[in-house]
Amino acid sequence: MKFIDEFRDKGIAEGLIRKIRQTSTRPIQLMEVCGTHTVSIFGYGIRGILPEQIRLISGPGCPVCVAPNEDIDLAIALSRQKDVIITTFGDMMRVPGSTSSLQKEKAEGRDIRVIYSSLEALKIAKEHPEKSVVFLAIGFETTSPTIAVAILQTKDEKLQNLFFLNSQKRVPPALLVLLQSNQVRIDGFILPGHVSTIIGRKPYQFIAEEFGRPAVITGFEPLDNLQGIWMLIKQIEENLADVEIQYRRSVHEEGNPVALKKIDEVFEKDESRWRGLGLIPDTGYRFKDPYEEMDACNFNVEIEPTKEHPECLCGAVLQGIKSPLECHLFKKICHPENPMGPCMVSIEGTCHTYFKFA
Amino acid sequence: MSEEKILLAHGSGGKLSHDLIKQIILPQFLNPSLEPLDDSAKINNQEGSIALTTDSYVVNPLFFPGGDIGKLAVCGTVNDLSMIGATPSYLSLSLIVEEGFSIDLLKRIISSIHEVAEEAGVNIATGDTKVVEHGAADQLFINTAGIGWIRPGINLSGKNAKPGDSILLSGHLGDHEMAVLSQREGFKFQGDLISDCAPLNNLVEKMLDACSSVRCMRDPTRGGLATTLNEIALMSNVGMVIEEEKLPVRESVKGICELLGLDPLYLANEGKLIAIVPSDEADRLLKVMKNHPWGRDAQMIGKVTEENRKKVVLHTLIGGHRILDMLTGGQYPRIC
Amino acid sequence: MCLSVPGKILKIEKSRAHADVGGFLREISLDLCPNVSIGEYVLIHAGFAIQKVDEKEAEESLALLLRMAET
Ligand code: SF4
Repeated sequence: MKFIDEFRDKGIAEGLIRKIRQTSTRPIQLMEVCGTHTVSIFGYGIRGILPEQIRLISGPGCPVCVAPNEDIDLAIALSRQKDVIITTFGDMMRVPGSTSSLQKEKAEGRDIRVIYSSLEALKIAKEHPEKSVVFLAIGFETTSPTIAVAILQTKDEKLQNLFFLNSQKRVPPALLVLLQSNQVRIDGFILPGHVSTIIGRKPYQFIAEEFGRPAVITGFEPLDNLQGIWMLIKQIEENLADVEIQYRRSVHEEGNPVALKKIDEVFEKDESRWRGLGLIPDTGYRFKDPYEEMDACNFNVEIEPTKEHPECLCGAVLQGIKSPLECHLFKKICHPENPMGPCMVSIEGTCHTYFKFA
Repeated sequence: MSEEKILLAHGSGGKLSHDLIKQIILPQFLNPSLEPLDDSAKINNQEGSIALTTDSYVVNPLFFPGGDIGKLAVCGTVNDLSMIGATPSYLSLSLIVEEGFSIDLLKRIISSIHEVAEEAGVNIATGDTKVVEHGAADQLFINTAGIGWIRPGINLSGKNAKPGDSILLSGHLGDHEMAVLSQREGFKFQGDLISDCAPLNNLVEKMLDACSSVRCMRDPTRGGLATTLNEIALMSNVGMVIEEEKLPVRESVKGICELLGLDPLYLANEGKLIAIVPSDEADRLLKVMKNHPWGRDAQMIGKVTEENRKKVVLHTLIGGHRILDMLTGGQYPRIC
Repeated sequence: MCLSVPGKILKIEKSRAHADVGGFLREISLDLCPNVSIGEYVLIHAGFAIQKVDEKEAEESLALLLRMAET
């Protein structure tokens, strides 16, 4: 496939690895913020072919993993209501809430449908005017504009029976908190390519300017990953700190202004709860006034008290403070069939990736 | 604690399915025919060995590009018999039909069963039909059982893989599951994707004619190539190394996989086989496979190893490596 | 965190388009990426085109990588 196969070339990969070996002189820790990077790095066995002194740590970039239990419990409570259809991306199906999961609720006969696009929720709502349809609006900045479009269309078409459970997250302010807390040494950031197609380069500028760390917006094919890592090493070795773009074929300085405008029309910045990181200012969205009526929080349902496994380290894993290997439950009690935390559920979750590939 | 329930993932052919069988079903029935857990059971008597197998078929939608539930029900059972070196002879056919199901559609499915049974050279020897109330079944379920004679001098089992053996795969991965998925509501794709659903007995016959020392054959259905290889590695207590660049995957399958975050190594196939063979026979067998319509795109994809016992290692495109695990849970299309 | 693949635009009807991804066709929304033409590539995420893929940039970075790999 064009734009994919060329970036999986073995010869060029070998050349890049040679370059990395030549350039790297000291031990460093890089954080791949995004779960898609984690999967691609493990999937191609990139950790194993890098020099040992380059350590990659996985960051909080999996929207499923960072969704707090309350959000999942709310979705579960809604699915138990009469005449409610839950529509969701497949990612959410297996995530454990406090005592159940959507997959288990589906087994109990609740109407839960996996869809691929927010617009399919609209279609389902139109086909079932007698039911309330709830879309689990989860995702980072890449997905938010697609949700905004669905909300705008719902309004346009005066649909009364479609609601959105808002669990969206914004990446840059979360990175700010990571840097401020300073619990792990991060010498450089591999920044998420697809989030950046929407938001562009500027929102990350503080990483270099205020914290003096280099960062590279990186694509997801193996050559992208290797080139991004090499660009970071070069900056580190030359004592530079800049936010560079490796993923030039899809990321522009200013991002995607059309998409940003859609987000802005529907949402405004708000604090948001992250698993493990707690309530962080500016890292979420809330509905602007005209759209508030579509907020699924308006449903009056009782949510069970939140329960998390006391020994699950997901929170620390998400911040790169702990590796899954340090969790007592890892592989013993916690595995993909019996996940104790969302990091084990999501294909992108750090614990799941370690389980599968390490 | 809430009561444990059967999840869809228990039927995905991955690790949950295995646990279900191992923990709940097997302990009650353990006997020498059942225990090897090959695709068919081997039953010995004076005149030779009989292979016996059974499988139930549920698929949504019932008709998909390249086949339908009827064709699937014949091919699946014919293939299970073939995988332990049996010549499939007789099938039973049992239908569970939901009240209200269209007789026209049923006719179409029955004639497709007839057609593929002819192609495979098997007879439908017995059958049964039940109609259940509306809502008690989803349109139509089919169960087939099959018997066949195991060819003398042939010993195929998942237990037989030996370090040094070569691993052959008969063609492209994932065509069946993708062809079905492409018809599902909400994921509709247009394209030339067709299911690989096919009876493999003739291909197997040609392979065994050419080489009687084949050690093991399997058809990588639910759970895909990765799960099937893991099963063999476990049963034979060996390791395996697979070369990613040798794995045949069609562009369109690759495209949908990239889009929906699915992995072709875990997708179901209905007309593919894996053969583990002594390495000095590999080239010859590969030629035989390539000369057959169901094996035209066959590849040697890897080796059985002494190291990494019970594990399957993938050498990636760019020269790295990773462990290939069994399918865990089901694969849901995802966006992140 | 977000899967996205390049697809080639084959047909445009108002804000919807048909995109070719490895030989299969998928209908996508152009609401977030209105200024594309037939023959161009876009990144597809959750049924939406989210950004154009710049062919010239892609060729340049590959050429650069190739030169680098050779030295
Ligand atoms: S291994 Fe399981 S319990 Fe441990 S941190 Fe990961 S998800 Fe939580």
